[in-house]
Amino acid sequence: MTGDAIISVRGIRNQFGRQVIHDGLDLDIRRGEVLGIVGGSGTGKSVLLRTILGLNKPVAGRIEVFGHVRGEMSEAQARAVERRWGVLFQDGALFSSLTVAQNIQVALREHLDMPQYLMDEIAAVKIALAGLPPEAGRKYPSELSGGMRKRAGLARALALDPEVVFLDEPTAGLDPIGAAAFDALILNLQETLGLTVFMVTHDLDSLYAICNRIAVLAEKRVLVTGTIDEMAAQAHPWIRDYFHGPRGRAAVAARQGHSAGGETRGQS
Amino acid sequence: MSQEENAARAWLEVSEDAAMIRLRPCGDWTVAQAASLEAQLRAIDMYGRHAAWVDLSGIARLDTAGAWLIHRTQRSFERSGAQVTVDGVSPVHAKLLGAVAHGDRPLPQEGPPDGVLVQLVVRMGRALDEAGKTTIEIVGFLGLVLETLVRTLANPRRLRVTSTAYHMEQAGLNAVPIVCMITFLIGAVMAYQGAEQLKRFGAEVFAVNLVAAGFLREIGILLTAIMVAGRSGSAFTAQIGSMKLREELDAMRTMGLDPVEVLVLPRVIALIVMVPILGFVAAMMGLLGGGLVLWLELGMSPSMYIERLHAAAEFWDGAVAFVKAPFFGLMIALIGCFEGLKVSGSAESVGQRTTASVVEGIFTVIVVDAIFSILFLKLGI
Repeated sequence: MTGDAIISVRGIRNQFGRQVIHDGLDLDIRRGEVLGIVGGSGTGKSVLLRTILGLNKPVAGRIEVFGHVRGEMSEAQARAVERRWGVLFQDGALFSSLTVAQNIQVALREHLDMPQYLMDEIAAVKIALAGLPPEAGRKYPSELSGGMRKRAGLARALALDPEVVFLDEPTAGLDPIGAAAFDALILNLQETLGLTVFMVTHDLDSLYAICNRIAVLAEKRVLVTGTIDEMAAQAHPWIRDYFHGPRGRAAVAARQGHSAGGETRGQS
Repeated sequence: MSQEENAARAWLEVSEDAAMIRLRPCGDWTVAQAASLEAQLRAIDMYGRHAAWVDLSGIARLDTAGAWLIHRTQRSFERSGAQVTVDGVSPVHAKLLGAVAHGDRPLPQEGPPDGVLVQLVVRMGRALDEAGKTTIEIVGFLGLVLETLVRTLANPRRLRVTSTAYHMEQAGLNAVPIVCMITFLIGAVMAYQGAEQLKRFGAEVFAVNLVAAGFLREIGILLTAIMVAGRSGSAFTAQIGSMKLREELDAMRTMGLDPVEVLVLPRVIALIVMVPILGFVAAMMGLLGGGLVLWLELGMSPSMYIERLHAAAEFWDGAVAFVKAPFFGLMIALIGCFEGLKVSGSAESVGQRTTASVVEGIFTVIVVDAIFSILFLKLGI
């Protein structure tokens, strides 16, 4: 697989007090790929996500985003970078005092000068793209189910048509049918909009279904990256347990079932 | 990014003859350019066309906003009866246009808003209805808390001693400095203003009576209650409200714990005990502030001041405050917890309920104070 890195992370060190989370962590995110981040609880998957987004300042290391080095960007450049990505937080992190449509329009309102009716139309398109019914636009986040909140969060992440979307455990807390539908949605959007997807997940089915490449976080760094088939061949005990445990085997079986039906996308 | 730059990056070529209008969108049709492109598209007269030709081969980048604009233009032409031909579509763009067309479902709009007058009447009615319901609910909640209190007193081992002591410290002990400071200053101000006014009648020594009657009967305890409502009533609402949002109350119920017993009762008991004590401290500090001013301003020695206080105040002047104080504490804690339990949905609700808790708390304190005033007047105390 080839592709230029649009985000590259080199030698990141994160620590909270005396607890070191990352030490010498390297990672590349390539244009157009769906990158899955896996790792045990407490290995700092979310911290890595927050570090790339600039919500958490690493103790050491260099992060290059769209050709700009974090920390050396001007205010205007940083804002331009923020317009080029969208983030879906774990529980959606929708603004509770705004309706779903208003949530989507926040970024449009902030970054662009646009008439209200055009923003309404764009919000309607995003709501439909995220697979929500039109009535959802008028609802407040507290009136939505968990699955709908995630879709609304995704619609908001897509508001500015970003090049990269960051998803923090997008399928956690969804039922298997809802999770599979969400995977299909992400894949569909990725193909339609040409998105690059960075996804923190624990969901083996998601990894098998939509990720081109997987990065395993362990021992305070990215231990290995590669396709799902390469992961399956790894000898590292944690990776072996992860992909060959009972859940891993079930996901493989599911994928083979799918392949027989010809529904799975060809992996690179 | 300036408008000129935008115009350079995306534009629309329009040419028309009798038979057909030709549109050729060029450049980056993205969300950043959407507003200016939309204005250009809006300038085109859609009606009365027989045929339209849209050539997409000039588009460099297309995102959902741009695709939406193209789709909408195409739809407008079709609705006004024109034949639309779309040409030069790359496979990627076709996919995106298809997805956007699939999403062409306008959001349901709300009806036009009512007139200002109607809204005013509706809101007043709603607020009145709400106030009536809240009053009934608070009375109901009072009953529930009293029942739980009696049950707990019958079986004192169920009382959460640690929690009660914690809230006594938080709501009582930690409030002492601020209550002291405020009542001391108000006492000083009252003595000073009183002396100023009474000086005209040559009766400035009676400023002592003013301070004594004011602080012992009313102001000391009232100020304390208002401070506690602002400090602790709001805290109770926010604490219980956030717990409710995080489903901690539901978790308690499933484990057989009664939130009223676990959360409400310790807070209610803490305030019933601490408000009288704070009220006493407040009264003393008020008298101290008043005495200091009279000493400095009128040269009234402390021993003289105490002597005059004895003459001015009776036993019941001080006792009245201590009869009222537990009721103030009860109502503040009750309303704080009640509003906390009513939090639902979102973080905004916590804010609204906290505001309501402080407003209702202070209001109730003053109403209760008025009731007691009438009662004591009738009793001749």
